[in-house]
Order: sequence, then structure tokens, then C-alpha cells
Amino acid sequence: MSEILTIAFLFSTIRFATPLVFAALGGMFSERSGVINIALEGLMLAGAFTAAVITFESGNPFLGFLCAMAAGAFLALVYAIACIKFEADQVVAGFGINILMLGLPALLSSRIYDASGSTEQIAKENLLPDFLGVNVASFLAFLLVPICWYVLYKTPFGLRLRAVGENPAAADAAGVNVIRLRYTGVILSGILAAAGGAYLSTGQSSFFTRGMTAGRGFIALAALILAKWKPVPVLFACLFFGFMEALTIPLANIKMASGENVPVQFIQIIPYVLTIIVLAGFIGLSRAPKALGVPYRKEK
Amino acid sequence: MKILREILSPLIAVVAAFIIGGIIVAVIGDNPFETFGLLIGNSFGSLRDIGYMLFYATPLIFTGLAVAVAFRCGLLNIGAEGQLYVAAFATAWVGIKFGGVIINAAGENPNYPFANLPAILLVPLCMLTAVAAGAIWGAIPGILKAKFGSHEVINTIMLNFIAIALVSYFTQYHYKVTGDAILQTAPIGAAAHIPRISQFIPGMPDFVPLSVAFLLAVLMCVLVYIFLWKTKWGYELRAVGANPSAAEYGGISPKKQIITAMTISGGLAGMVAIGEVLGNRYLYYHDFSGEVGFWGIAVALLGRNHPLGVFIAALFFAVLLRGGIFVDAFTEYVSKDLVEVLQATVILFVASLQRFSKR
Repeated sequence: MSEILTIAFLFSTIRFATPLVFAALGGMFSERSGVINIALEGLMLAGAFTAAVITFESGNPFLGFLCAMAAGAFLALVYAIACIKFEADQVVAGFGINILMLGLPALLSSRIYDASGSTEQIAKENLLPDFLGVNVASFLAFLLVPICWYVLYKTPFGLRLRAVGENPAAADAAGVNVIRLRYTGVILSGILAAAGGAYLSTGQSSFFTRGMTAGRGFIALAALILAKWKPVPVLFACLFFGFMEALTIPLANIKMASGENVPVQFIQIIPYVLTIIVLAGFIGLSRAPKALGVPYRKEK
Repeated sequence: MKILREILSPLIAVVAAFIIGGIIVAVIGDNPFETFGLLIGNSFGSLRDIGYMLFYATPLIFTGLAVAVAFRCGLLNIGAEGQLYVAAFATAWVGIKFGGVIINAAGENPNYPFANLPAILLVPLCMLTAVAAGAIWGAIPGILKAKFGSHEVINTIMLNFIAIALVSYFTQYHYKVTGDAILQTAPIGAAAHIPRISQFIPGMPDFVPLSVAFLLAVLMCVLVYIFLWKTKWGYELRAVGANPSAAEYGGISPKKQIITAMTISGGLAGMVAIGEVLGNRYLYYHDFSGEVGFWGIAVALLGRNHPLGVFIAALFFAVLLRGGIFVDAFTEYVSKDLVEVLQATVILFVASLQRFSKR
């Protein structure tokens, strides 16, 4: 136990929670506007790849971070056009985005760096810097929680966004532009998820590898569901999942009586099992935005 | 006209994928026509090429059918991947435990078999295990949706991660040969092996891993067609997919159909284990899948959720998967990741065109 309750462990919890906070907050804007976002994984990968390439080439992690967010916005726009304009099945389209972002970065990196699916290692001094032992991206992620809360609950934009996700027809009748708000929600999710990805490749590690998010987009989605689509609970859900991931590190070094390592698999599955239990309504009801997944077509 | 409308959007999607893929190839600096020649031209030239292509197609047919059956009931089964992982491990477990295999015979903690069954019993038992394990793992999200209304998409995604983690645990801690650096189980008993096609066709090299599982896949296409369109059960399943409230008004229980569809879907996905474990590697290897469970979604979409369409789409993607290896080796810059980009483009286009083909 003593190995777990240390300052270093707290820091590693924060480190693991950071990309989840970005992505889950992003997913919140999309889903609150009524568009399911299975594509978080792909959006994170887009950010991770762009940040790794731009940072390596320019030596400036902040430029990499900004370019990652732009790439996320662009990819989210593609997703939004498929879902909103063409009324594609949102889960299927999101799934397509995820596959695209497994293949495309690998294709490009094997051309640019001649190494299939990964980018060159970025020098340590060119990574996103730490401040007081915590990465600047982590500060940004945690700062975003109150900002997102304010935007969602205290601004006209947030009110309209939530209205569009709950009852688009009524919002439309009240003069709200449903389509434009949904585009905004999805693009915001792309920007934020890509920021989370950028942190993965230029903060937590120092290069991009194929599929490096390893399901974190889905963990973020799970955190979002667990948090009932609310920003402050999102933070706690992400910290909890970050804690779970951090836990696997000290445990991997502990030997059981048989001489084998403690199986980390049982800790790894906790977020997923919890999500299923919460969705089934065993721990309070987790109610999705009412119009989630339903395309909106203006009545003529 | 009806058929034309059915195949129009898949055709547009495929053409669009090749145009976009071609542009990407050109930007990267290779010749798109040469690249696509490598991609498509390596699956038909010889018995060996055809054998490998059909070997790649086999799991895609199973998972494509699995996703299609769920789709017909209005459900999206993203969980085929988890279902086939569970099925593959369970199949290998039966092949070991009832195939007379002692794991770590010479070392410490040997793991003794329950029985040493002859092939005539062991092969059917292993096949049934594959189907049953997949079906059980598929039924879970079906039951969760029917009983609690929780969304099958999220649950199947979560169950994929759970399945892969659990199976990795059992492999690593209980069924691995001591000292084996690869995450795989001990080999299954020889009595559990199913025949390879090369035994029946002279000229097919015996290293081609195409097994009779392919014939089973073809048979399943026929059976799924008969089930969906020629039986009362299939009619009820499709009725729920077309309009759940109308079906309920007509006396069909959507809840029952949801569970049935997910169970059948999981069972079909589980059949992937028959080709992989009993016909190819003869053990459970942890990275065996190559994400065929996810490929099934593209196969079902492109095949318009019809068994014949699924069969054709599976062959199409199998050609690309085989061609990807040659693209990797023989182009200057393009890697086999191009295949995933094509797959993603097809998915995005079919999904975006769905609205137009429905009318």
C-alpha cells in the first residue's frame, strides 16, 4: 500500500487523467448537442499524430499543440458533415473515422519517416514542459473544467446547445439554428479530443505510434457516460480512471506468492465493467441527452 | 431496378474510396495505378493466390454475417471482436482439455487434460464451443438492452475490452507453455484439427491455411438467408428492425427478438474461431484477430446486410487485405495501411449515402 500512497502516484494519476479530461469534455459538447461521438478515439489519434510531426519538425510543442487542435477540428468537420448533412448513422460514421485514423497516420509516417506507423523521437527539451512537476497540458485540462461548466450552464450558447440536444424541434421553433449548433458542438469535440491526443504524443511520451491512444477515446466516452454528461463529474470520472491506470504500474512490480506478477487485467477492465453497470441503471440513472443520435431535419 | 438501387451506393462508395485512395497514393509519391494493380492483382493468378484470398475472406464472411443479422434487427454489433476472442479462447481450451494435452508436462504446475476424445467427438465439440461462447458473449448486450434499455453500442465496445483482457489473463496465467515468450496457449490436441482444402485439391500448396471453415462460411450465408427471409423467426426479427413499435403492435416482442438477434450474431462471430484455431494456428494466439470483428462492420455495410452481399464484400476486402502485403513490399513509399484508409472511406461513404438508397 505504501507504494501507492505517494506524491509520485498522485502525479501519475494526474498524468493519466489529462488526455481523458480533454477528450471527455470534447465528447460532452458533441453529445450535448445531440451527436454521438464514438469518433473520440480517432480525433485523439489525429491530434497525437499532428502534434508529433509538427513538434518534431519545428521544435515548438505549442505550435504542435495548436496544429493538432486544427487537425482535430478539420477531422471533426468531416465527421459532422457525414452525420449532420448526410444524416449518416452516427455510430457507423464515427467508427469509420476511427479506422481512418488508424490507417492514415501510419501511411503518412511511413512516407515521412520511413518507419511504419511511428514518428521520430522528439528531443526532451522540445516536449510540452512541466511546471511544478505537472505538465502545462494538465493545467490546461483542469482549467478547462470550470470553463466548460461556465460555457455550458451560464452562457446563451450553452443553453442553446443543451436545448438542441434535448429537443431540437422546440429549439428550432424558438429561433435557434440547430444545424449550426451541432456543427459547433462536434467541431469543439474535435479540438478538445485532439488536444488530449497531442498531450499523449508530445507530453506524456515523445513520439507517435500507430493506434497509440489504445482505447483512451472509449475510456473518455465511458467517463462521460459515468459523469452523466456533466463537466464537473467528468473531471472526477477521469481522475478515477486515471487512478486506475496509474495503479497498474506499482502492481506490475509486485510478485504474488506463486512468483507471478499480479494480473493487471482485472484492474484494466474496471472502467469498462463500471460503465456497463452504470448504463444498466444500477448506480443511479444515467440519462443521455434526449435527441442523442437522432438526425434533425427541419420541417418544411 | 430494385437490385440496381441496392448496389448503387456500395458501388459509389468503392469508386470514391479508390479515387480518394489514389489521390493519397499520388501525394505520397507512388503511382496509383501500379499500387492498385498490386492491391488487386495478387489474388487470382494461381491456386495459391486464390487459396490465401479465400482464407482471408473466411473470417470476414462470419463477422459480416454477424453484423448483418444484428443490423436487420436494428442493432449495431460492434462487439464481434470481443465475441470472437472469447470464442477462440474457449475453443482452444476445449481442444486442450479434451484433446489430451498436458501443458508444462516437464515443468512445474502441469495442467492435466480432462479427456482425450477422438476426432469424431472432439471436432464437433470444439465447433459447438466456438458458437456457444460467441453466442453467450453476444447475448449479454442483448439482454442488457432488452432488460435495462442500455445502448448495445456502448455495451459491446466495453465488452470487447473486457473480453480481450480476460482472455489475455487466462492465457498468460493458466494456459501458456512455461517459458513461451509469445502470448499464446499450448497447442490443441491433434484430434481437434479440421482438414485443409489443400488435401482435396491437387496443386493447392499445403502451407495455404485455407480450411473447410470456408465451406462452413458459405453454408452459413445460405442458412442466414433462409433464416431471415424464409422462416417466421427471421420475419419477426426483421419486423423489429424495420419498426419496433409496429412489430410490438403486431404481437412480436421486440425484447425477445433483440436477445435472439444478438445471440445469433455472437454465435456467427464465434465461428471465426473454427477457421483460426482448428484450421490455421491450432492454438489460441492472442493477436490472431487482425480486427476482423471490426472489419465485419465494413463487410455488412458494403454488402447491404444481405448474405450474398456479405459474401461478395468479404471477397472484395479479402483481396485488399492480401494485396496490402504486396503493396507494402513492392511500392516505394505506400504501406499496407492504405487498406485501412480504403476501408474507412468505404464505411464513411456507405453510411453517408444510406439516406438516399432507402427511398
